[in-house]
Amino acid sequence: MNDLNKSRLIVRYTASQRINHWIIAITFVLLALSGLALFHPAFFWLSNLFGGGTWTRILHPFVGVLMFLCFAVFAARMWGNNRMTKQDRQWLRQIGDVVNARDEKLPEVGRYNAGQKVLYFALIIFMIVLLISGVVIWRVYFQDYFSVETIRLASLLHALFAFLLICAIIVHIYAGIWVKGSVRAMTRGTVSPGWAWKHHRAWFREVRGKPAVDK
Amino acid sequence: MALQSLDIKRRSATTTPPPGIREPSTGGVAKLIDTTKCIGCKACQVACMEWNDLRDEIGLNVGVYDNPADLTENSWTVMRFSEYENQQGDLEWLIRKDGCMHCEDPGCLKACPSPGAIIQYNNGIVDFHEENCIGCGYCVTGCPFDVPRIAEKDHKAYKCTLCSDRVAVGQEPACVKTCPTGAIVFGTKEDMKLHAAERIVDLKSRGFENAGLYDPQGVGGTHVMYVLHHADKPELYSDLPKDPVIDPMVSVWKGIAKPLGVAAMALTALAGFFHYIRTGPNETDAEDERRAQEEEHHE
Amino acid sequence: MTNHWVDIKNADVVLIMGGNAAEAHPCGFKWVTEAKAHNNAKLIVVDPRFTRSASVADFYAPIRTGTDIIFLGGVIKYLLDNDKIQHEYVRNYTDFSFIVREDYKFEDGLYSGYNEEKRSYDKDSWDYERGDDGYVKTDSTLQHPRTVYQLLKKHYSRYTPDMVSSACGTPKEKFLKVCEMLASTAGTDRTATIMYALGWTQHTIGSQIIRTGAMVQLLLGNIGVAGGGMNALRGHSNIQGLTDLGLMSDLLPGYLTLPKDGEQSFDDYIGARAQQPLRPNQLSYWRHYKKFHVSLMKAWWGDAATAENNWGYDYLPKLDKLYDMLQVFELMHKGQVNGYICQGFNPLAASPNKQKQLEALAKLKFLVIMDPLATETSEFWRNVGEYNDVDTASIQTEVFRLPTTCFAEEEGALVNSGRWLQWHWQGAEPPGEAKSDIEIMALLFARIRKLYQTEGGKFPEPILKLWWPYKNPEFPTAAELAKEYSGRALTDLTDPADSSKVLRKAGEQLSSFGELRDDGSTISGCWIYCGAWTQDGNLMARRDNSDPTGIGQTLNWAWSWPANRRILYNRASADLQGKPWNPKRNLISWNGKSWVGADVPDFKLDENPAAGMGPFIMNPEGVARFFARKSMAEGPFPEHYEPFETPLGYNPLSPKEKRSVNNPAARIFKDDLAAMGKAEQFPHVGTTYRLTEHFHFWTKNVQLNSILQPQQFVEIGEALAKELDIPNGSEVKVSSNRGYIKAVALVTKRIKALTIEGKTVHQVGIPIHWGFVGLAKPGFLANTLTPSVGDGNTQTPESKSFLVKVEKV
Ligand SMILES: Nc1nc2c(c(=O)[nH]1)N[C@H]1C(S)=C(S)[C@@H](COP(=O)(O)OP(=O)(O)OC[C@H]3O[C@@H](n4cnc5c(=O)[nH]c(N)nc54)[C@H](O)[C@@H]3O)O[C@H]1N2
Ligand SMILES: Nc1nc2c(c(=O)[nH]1)N[C@H]1C(S)=C(S)[C@@H](COP(=O)(O)OP(=O)(O)OC[C@H]3O[C@@H](n4cnc5c(=O)[nH]c(N)nc54)[C@H](O)[C@@H]3O)O[C@H]1N2
Ligand code: HEM
Ligand code: HEM
Ligand code: SF4
Ligand code: SF4
Ligand code: SF4
Ligand code: SF4
Ligand SMILES: [Mo]
Repeated sequence: MNDLNKSRLIVRYTASQRINHWIIAITFVLLALSGLALFHPAFFWLSNLFGGGTWTRILHPFVGVLMFLCFAVFAARMWGNNRMTKQDRQWLRQIGDVVNARDEKLPEVGRYNAGQKVLYFALIIFMIVLLISGVVIWRVYFQDYFSVETIRLASLLHALFAFLLICAIIVHIYAGIWVKGSVRAMTRGTVSPGWAWKHHRAWFREVRGKPAVDK
Repeated sequence: MALQSLDIKRRSATTTPPPGIREPSTGGVAKLIDTTKCIGCKACQVACMEWNDLRDEIGLNVGVYDNPADLTENSWTVMRFSEYENQQGDLEWLIRKDGCMHCEDPGCLKACPSPGAIIQYNNGIVDFHEENCIGCGYCVTGCPFDVPRIAEKDHKAYKCTLCSDRVAVGQEPACVKTCPTGAIVFGTKEDMKLHAAERIVDLKSRGFENAGLYDPQGVGGTHVMYVLHHADKPELYSDLPKDPVIDPMVSVWKGIAKPLGVAAMALTALAGFFHYIRTGPNETDAEDERRAQEEEHHE
Repeated sequence: MTNHWVDIKNADVVLIMGGNAAEAHPCGFKWVTEAKAHNNAKLIVVDPRFTRSASVADFYAPIRTGTDIIFLGGVIKYLLDNDKIQHEYVRNYTDFSFIVREDYKFEDGLYSGYNEEKRSYDKDSWDYERGDDGYVKTDSTLQHPRTVYQLLKKHYSRYTPDMVSSACGTPKEKFLKVCEMLASTAGTDRTATIMYALGWTQHTIGSQIIRTGAMVQLLLGNIGVAGGGMNALRGHSNIQGLTDLGLMSDLLPGYLTLPKDGEQSFDDYIGARAQQPLRPNQLSYWRHYKKFHVSLMKAWWGDAATAENNWGYDYLPKLDKLYDMLQVFELMHKGQVNGYICQGFNPLAASPNKQKQLEALAKLKFLVIMDPLATETSEFWRNVGEYNDVDTASIQTEVFRLPTTCFAEEEGALVNSGRWLQWHWQGAEPPGEAKSDIEIMALLFARIRKLYQTEGGKFPEPILKLWWPYKNPEFPTAAELAKEYSGRALTDLTDPADSSKVLRKAGEQLSSFGELRDDGSTISGCWIYCGAWTQDGNLMARRDNSDPTGIGQTLNWAWSWPANRRILYNRASADLQGKPWNPKRNLISWNGKSWVGADVPDFKLDENPAAGMGPFIMNPEGVARFFARKSMAEGPFPEHYEPFETPLGYNPLSPKEKRSVNNPAARIFKDDLAAMGKAEQFPHVGTTYRLTEHFHFWTKNVQLNSILQPQQFVEIGEALAKELDIPNGSEVKVSSNRGYIKAVALVTKRIKALTIEGKTVHQVGIPIHWGFVGLAKPGFLANTLTPSVGDGNTQTPESKSFLVKVEKV
């Protein structure tokens, strides 16, 4: 992408969306690190990043709630772009082509591809489960409200979904790294028309010709 | 080196083995609580409060003799009274001294995420080291006997220490020393079992056919044991669990989930890495840009 | 106790009745545990409530409060009917064969000689028949209809198992089971012990209940033997010491008695007490009364007590009446008392009928409280809302509070229930301005004496001449006082047989009361304590617990009165030849020359058993009494009377006789009688008692105790709770004819409704410990409810049985 093309860039995320996303990303990292510290003794040293075990224990749930709220806003704003379509199902069936970067064989993709949509819904589920289970195991404030059986279940679910989430986000991050140009979408807000044409052609066609907002 | 009696057998959230050269030839210790001799006088509660410098709130009476009504960070042991009418229609007042059982396989220790917050000594005592405690409450989740309590004041976990400080210097726990009826005795676990066996013979001779020792194997046995008149029905004693085990959910959470979780995470990351190595980046090239431009110009 | 705490471990059967040893005496209770563990003993508990003691008992039987005489009378009948008595023992060691006077009568619950007006008896007829030799007539065949045996049998023939179950509410088969278990100790191979306390004493018939228990033990041959006895579990840590030292209104130290105002002559006073034997060759140890008395008077007035002034006999007050607690508050209530010194006592909380006491205290000019703590009595004038609703402004009583030390801040001896004087050492310095009781009394004495010296008075001599030989007159030490009550020689004591032989040099401590003299040459402030501090030093401080024979006779641990004897009447543990009934319980035996063994013999050391001296050497009979003669207020045999507030309204044993519904000779004042409630308005039976977690009314000042039992509650059975729709843990109101309290309802299976004479009777349990001072949640004084009426012998109030009404709040 060269500077000449700048005026032709397509806006993918507004500034507020980007900020929102990166708050989510940062809080996620904090949560993953702090959660891991508590989850496995091998990672307990990570608690030093947060000022020790006790601070880790104190901070984690608050950060979690913050993340959940930001995520909720973020996800709500993109609700409309994540309807599953026939093409999406076809896309999923051709997951082999996806992985092997045979983009040309794939059906045309809208603003988000089916993988992103699946991730999107998975994230919603994970976050809700994490929030609920997280509150149940949040002893300081909620220990009197739940039976020990509930707490046990919640502990297990929280750990389980934390890992599902972490794995999902690893995939998500990797996707961003792999598909060159994606990171720019989240950092600068814009993508090149070629990127859009290649990966989200239907979306490209929908928005083509529209000039870039950020001059 | 610490006092030999405080040699550590297990330490929470620690993956490397503790020093293990010294092995006490007498085996573990145990406190035996004979519910059939206990008169519910609560002297043990007072001894515990005094020795450990604990003072609970002056609460309310809620229609029972049990006061404080539950274990708290300030009440590491409480007497639980339950009224039971047996088959003959005769009343029995079953009084149980509740508190930490000092499990051989402690659910609290298993659950604890903080290295060294929970310690199991070679003698079997399970002790909380509050200076290492982060206040997460996992021990409460892990304990099959509902014992640990998180203090509101400092958000640390507290429970009976089996007077590890006294035992370390060759003394019996404070509650044992105080018990006026000899309902609590302390010694090596083997001796306590022998003592219990004698008591059980006596109880059987007095018509308690099901008298027995409570040393639940589901948690590997305990270092606090009960002599019960009705060992077949421990639930009668204010819901003493019949076959306590570390809850399966806790076992999964603190067992297989740990390696699996870490492995899953690592594998996902590795999968990405090797995918990248194999297929390389998915780039948008000039051709794509050109075709995009083309389409745009069609307008 | 006739025996002692440790000895309980020797019992085969333990009956706890009229007490709750596990609750009120948990440390002593350990010996019951020992008996069970090492002697395979069986524990029986008979109590209106299923108590902490019952929780570890082998057998529990319920009973309606105040009906123990019926129960125990039933046991007596069972033992006699089933021939479960120790024949040789009762024939030889009791008054079974004694013949009673012909004019002695018993009819419809009344004995001969009753004066209804005075509520008392002319007891002349309650005596034995005398022969020409002056001795009591006996019939060793026991056939004579007026032998004590025959009278006893007749008296208790009415106490049938049906009567027991109907009047006590104890199921018949449970009653019979208790009889059977007790009867198992009739032989010489087994013994039973009886442990009792306030469940027996706090009734208008309390003393007689205890006598009935003792009679059961005599029939079984269980008195004087190891593992047997009548064991009163005393109260405060030194309450035994209090009675020993004569702190009752009619006593002098060592159970000597104050003269009555009719007894102006010293010789008559001594004569009436130094009883001569009633049978040939009996010891009748009270014959030596004068020695004890004179030694006491010398200890008090020293040189001022001389033969010429009858050893200061005139200094002693002569009682016009008893000045017991009930009397004093009655007088105070009438405005006849100006000042009251209240030392280590919280009468507002402890004595019956709080309202009457409040009114009485408000009529005082001054009230002095000597106490380490704030008490309800010291704050009786304070309005604490419903808990103490007084009009403070209208109370003019001036209250002085003198802070005292408590036991841990001073040294001295405490006497336990087993009569052991155990010395203890000071453990801490007193806080603030606190002074020991001794110091306060000494300072008070010094000032009062000064007043008498400077201002004179009606009768200054007893005060001015009081002997005060202490090094620091303002603070006599515990050791000085202990040496004084133990006693010493004032002059050289010579052998009466050989006056050149000095047995004890002047100034030396005496070794036993055997050395006391009636010629003014010895002092002893309390003859039964003589020998506690000898030339060898303070024997109370001994701490050697070796037990050479293994039956708990640790003769070198502390010191026991009398004469370091651990088991009273231990001569009765051996048969007529002086051989122990049971070799495993060998206390003492005759070796041909002397009595020897594991205990200090309660007998004349060189008395050959063949000479027929009885084992009960304090009694002029030489034997134990079933027939109490004149020593009890209400009759020579215990008879059941209903509590003054009775749920029945009649006496089931003599249903027609109105005069014998309640104890005809109880301690009662007119106004108090009028304050009694009736079953129609107050249908439930109240009883008050203790909890382990608290000691009376002062541990609510202690944080630990308050944590363990924070708030006042009353115990009601499930049936009553259901009837009145009272949920567990809710608030209830309990009222009597004298006031009401409110408390948390503790609904329990441990108090069952009883069927009494065909009708359902609910009992209500009221722990005594709460009040309006202290750290625990404020509560009502339980004695708001109790009636002011007492036992005719001890004046102990009837706190264990009265009528109340329970209501939902
Ligand atoms: N923890 C504690 N210990 C104490 C005290 C204390 O305040 N707290 N006080 C001390 C003092 S001063 C004393 S005097 C002793 C008293 O010791 P106890 O006499 O043992 O104490 P109480 O609880 O007053 O009464 C004992 C029992 O008598 C039962 N009872 C009531 N009426 C009857 C009856 O008619 N027949 C029978 N068979 N039983 C009846 C009651 O239900 C109760 O269980 O305790 C001493 N020890
Ligand atoms: N309804 C009902 N009433 C009862 C009873 C019952 O069972 N039911 N039980 C009765 C019986 S048996 C008893 S003994 C009484 C108890 O009645 P109290 O003897 O009046 O009760 P306590 O609370 O023991 O009061 C003793 C006081 O002595 C103080 N004290 C402690 N040590 C010392 C000391 O060294 N010196 C001085 N000067 N004071 C000291 C304490 O602080 C306390 O205030 O209650 C009686 N009242
Ligand atoms: C949504 C709001 C969240 C809340 C309220 C929450 C709360 C908690 C709480 C209370 C704990 C126990 C430790 C402590 O008390 O600090 C915990 C543990 C943990 N959390 Fe969260 N959390 C949330 C979100 C997350 C997220 C998004 C992740 C994933 C990255 C996560 C991962 C973990 C992990 C791995 C643990 C350790 C589990 C274990 O030890 O087995 N949490 N969380
Ligand atoms: C921590 C590192 C993260 C990085 C590097 C990252 C990167 C990116 C990038 C590059 C995009 C743009 C992709 C596109 O528009 O096609 C994106 C989108 C998005 N991100 Fe992230 N992200 C991270 C964490 C998260 C987290 C923790 C969440 C939510 C829990 C999240 C949720 C989303 C969502 C919902 C989108 C939009 C659609 C999608 O691409 O799936 N991201 N992210
Ligand atoms: S001290 Fe002994 S008898 Fe008393 S409550 Fe505790 S265990 Fe029971
Ligand atoms: S009883 Fe609970 S707290 Fe005690 S050792 Fe066992 S698991 Fe841990
Ligand atoms: S609260 Fe319990 S589990 Fe958590 S660190 Fe403290 S001791 Fe360990
Ligand atoms: S062993 Fe020690 S800490 Fe545990 S209950 Fe007894 S006195 Fe308390
Ligand atoms: Mo008492």
